[in-house]
Amino acid sequence: MSTDASTLGLAHNEAVEHPDTVAMQTFGFWLYLMSDLIIFATLFATFAVLGRNYAGGPTGKDLFHLPYTLGETLFLLFSSVTYGLVMLAVHDGRRKRVLVGLAVAFLLGVGFVSLEINEFHSMIAAGHGPDQSAFLSSFFTLVGTHGTHVTFGLIWMAVMMGQVAVKGLTSPVQSRLLRLGMFWHFLDIVWIGIFSIVYLMGVM
Amino acid sequence: MFGKLSLAAIPESPITLTAVAGALLLGLVILGLITYYKKWTYLYQEWLTSLDHKKIGIMYIILALVMLLRGFSDAILMRGQQAIAVGGSLGYLTPDHFNQIFSAHGSIMIVFMAMPFLVGLMNITVPQQIGARDVAFPFLNSLSLWLTAAGALLVMVSLGLGEFSKAGWSGYAPLTETRYSPGVGPDYWIWAFQIAGIGSTLSGINFLVTIFKRRAPGMTLMRMPLFVWTTVCTMVLVVWAFPVLTATLAMLTLDRYLGMHLFTNTLGGNLMMYVNLFWTWGHPEVYIVILPAFGIFSEVAATFSGKRLFGYRSMVYATAAITVLSFSVWLHHFFTMGAGPNVNLFFGIATMMIAIPTGVKTFNWLFTMYRGRIRFASPMYWTLGFIVTFAIGGAAGVMLSIPPADYVLHNSLFLIAHFHSVLIAGSLFGFLAGYYYWFPKAVGFSLREDWGKRAFWCWLIGFYLAFIPLYVLGFMGMPRRLAHYDNPAWHPYLLVASLGTAVIGLGIVFMGIQLLFSIKERRSLSDPTGDPWDGRTLEWLTSSPPAVYNFPTIPIVEEIDAFMDMKEKGVAYRLPEQYNDIVLPKNAPHGMILGGLTFLFGFAMVWYIWWLAILASLGLLVTVIARSIDDDIHYLIPAAEVERIETERYRQLASVAPRGPAEEQTIPEPVPEM
Repeated sequence: MSTDASTLGLAHNEAVEHPDTVAMQTFGFWLYLMSDLIIFATLFATFAVLGRNYAGGPTGKDLFHLPYTLGETLFLLFSSVTYGLVMLAVHDGRRKRVLVGLAVAFLLGVGFVSLEINEFHSMIAAGHGPDQSAFLSSFFTLVGTHGTHVTFGLIWMAVMMGQVAVKGLTSPVQSRLLRLGMFWHFLDIVWIGIFSIVYLMGVM
Repeated sequence: MFGKLSLAAIPESPITLTAVAGALLLGLVILGLITYYKKWTYLYQEWLTSLDHKKIGIMYIILALVMLLRGFSDAILMRGQQAIAVGGSLGYLTPDHFNQIFSAHGSIMIVFMAMPFLVGLMNITVPQQIGARDVAFPFLNSLSLWLTAAGALLVMVSLGLGEFSKAGWSGYAPLTETRYSPGVGPDYWIWAFQIAGIGSTLSGINFLVTIFKRRAPGMTLMRMPLFVWTTVCTMVLVVWAFPVLTATLAMLTLDRYLGMHLFTNTLGGNLMMYVNLFWTWGHPEVYIVILPAFGIFSEVAATFSGKRLFGYRSMVYATAAITVLSFSVWLHHFFTMGAGPNVNLFFGIATMMIAIPTGVKTFNWLFTMYRGRIRFASPMYWTLGFIVTFAIGGAAGVMLSIPPADYVLHNSLFLIAHFHSVLIAGSLFGFLAGYYYWFPKAVGFSLREDWGKRAFWCWLIGFYLAFIPLYVLGFMGMPRRLAHYDNPAWHPYLLVASLGTAVIGLGIVFMGIQLLFSIKERRSLSDPTGDPWDGRTLEWLTSSPPAVYNFPTIPIVEEIDAFMDMKEKGVAYRLPEQYNDIVLPKNAPHGMILGGLTFLFGFAMVWYIWWLAILASLGLLVTVIARSIDDDIHYLIPAAEVERIETERYRQLASVAPRGPAEEQTIPEPVPEM
């Protein structure tokens, strides 16, 4: 009875009885993104304060390799672009194209995370782990938090691929895809901040 | 296998053991009673898995009251210790234990008493005040509740397994770093705050969306009841400030668990970074706990004076001004840490400026009462007690905002007296006023006024006895957080303070008696009208307790104080032309499961039980995914069922008030003209 409950209820008095669920969810998700941005702002502030406290250890100049980071960046940005194309396909109702696009965006995201893990791994293996200096602590915290977000975004994307495959482009699925897109682009913007403030300014 | 956890974790102090045994025994008795009366199914179906905002609100308030008892027990222990431990006597608490107690007291009272209390009151009231069926995200609401409960449970478990933090409720680094606190105490504190804090952020998002997107037609922003306005401002602060706490605690966690150097005093870490970030959350947090109380006092003052709130617009702007200013004053918590005179000057002046909108509010409440037909019901008692006491506490706060004065008074009992004046007489009195005011709405019967007033007088007199001596002691130079002292001149004042604590304790006992008697006499105290106080706002339009859908048809709002407006126009109880089907959220166990798993995760992290932490995280992930892909989350109440419930309600209304319920309830009392 309950699957059709929402459609039955919507018949009457729509505006008064039922606020627009998708609009509410989108607005709520914007608020969530703002709160998440404050977490990043806190970490950026910490990096701004501690980012030059090398404690005798290596500096950004010693550790960062800009072409490598640029490669990482391109993976993430192209993943975002692909996601934009996915949303166009959603609007056209082209399910197969949505699935293919999600798979490409997913793989590009995996590429980004793999590059980041590799970067972290080689730094730690060389003895420059997060416990060496406040600079490295704040670096690993800020960049790692972003990477964790991307990883959760990937899990979410995998779940959405399953939903598109099984349920099709129903209205709840579309609304979830919309919010995943907001999340994905949001992580891009945060990454631009990280690339500029941590990496570019770090090697300057 | 069990990480750091072993039998050695069970504390040896007889006081702790008694407390643990008592808590366990009480828990067993409650569980036994539920089993004996075969109430598990009822509890599970009607409460634990409920997504109904009113029930979630009641559960929040039960949690708050339980934690109030725990926090108050800590207060008794501290006051008792300081009444004894002078000169040669060491009292009954070791310094270690004393440190844990004051840390637990502060942490519990702010995060596990005040927060659940205010979110509970908002849950019960706000959707009804804006004419909505529920909050925007009912499931998220249930999740917030269970996350808060999981955090509270972690604090309670720390009593019997291991220890709690000894670093105060603010957990300053580097004292909370592994080097100085190698035990599990700070970890309990971190995870309890972290889990409950995330729950609060989710509540904040939920209420903002609810208020901005689900208001009844006609309820413009400037027609919202003031409690809704203060909820908006509070939740803006929550969404703005709590993520800072989340990030700060996460960084402290990284320091403790991965040996990072963010807040250490070695290898480039910066402890002032911690202090700044903590108060970037911590100062807004004190406004988060006071603003809802301001909203409650505004509702109570208007209702019991029989007048519209004086200066509604200025009240809204004052609340908004406090909201904005609250982010520009955090540094006044550490004037003495050497930021320099210019910085201190800026933050000192910003702090003093907060007194302006607060003063506006105080005068508005007084002018609301001026020439009103005041009815002295118990919510009004708390309001009046608040105005006087809060003015004293606020004045002390302005004194502390002067940096040179703060250099003398900081870390002294003067500070303790100040913030208890604003937190007890401000926040807690407000929540208690709300508790008395909305109790009949939430459960369907009123609380006995006689015991309520006795409780009030105990609280008020006890408060003055307990905290005025602390102002004096602050001037005499007594620092806070002393487990033992040598100055005999302080002793008499501390004796008076402990007497005050006993009187407050009597007030709590009276509140318990009141609750028991009222439950026993619930038939004679029942509220068949739904409007026991001649209310002004929409929550009094519904029945007490409200039907699960609150309003059979969504009301149309034409004025501030919408319900009073309807009563004056004679349309409040008009039968709707037709009833419609109503769609509501289905119950869901996921919130409770997520809360339980989060508790397990926190516990595993505290004790380094990695396999359990991994399992709990996987469980969390699976549960979240399972819930997120579920499209079948609503059920439908057919129009015929709504009609049946409402017909019954109108029959009840007609039986108690042949002349119309509104007139029946207006009890004019003679008020002397000025």
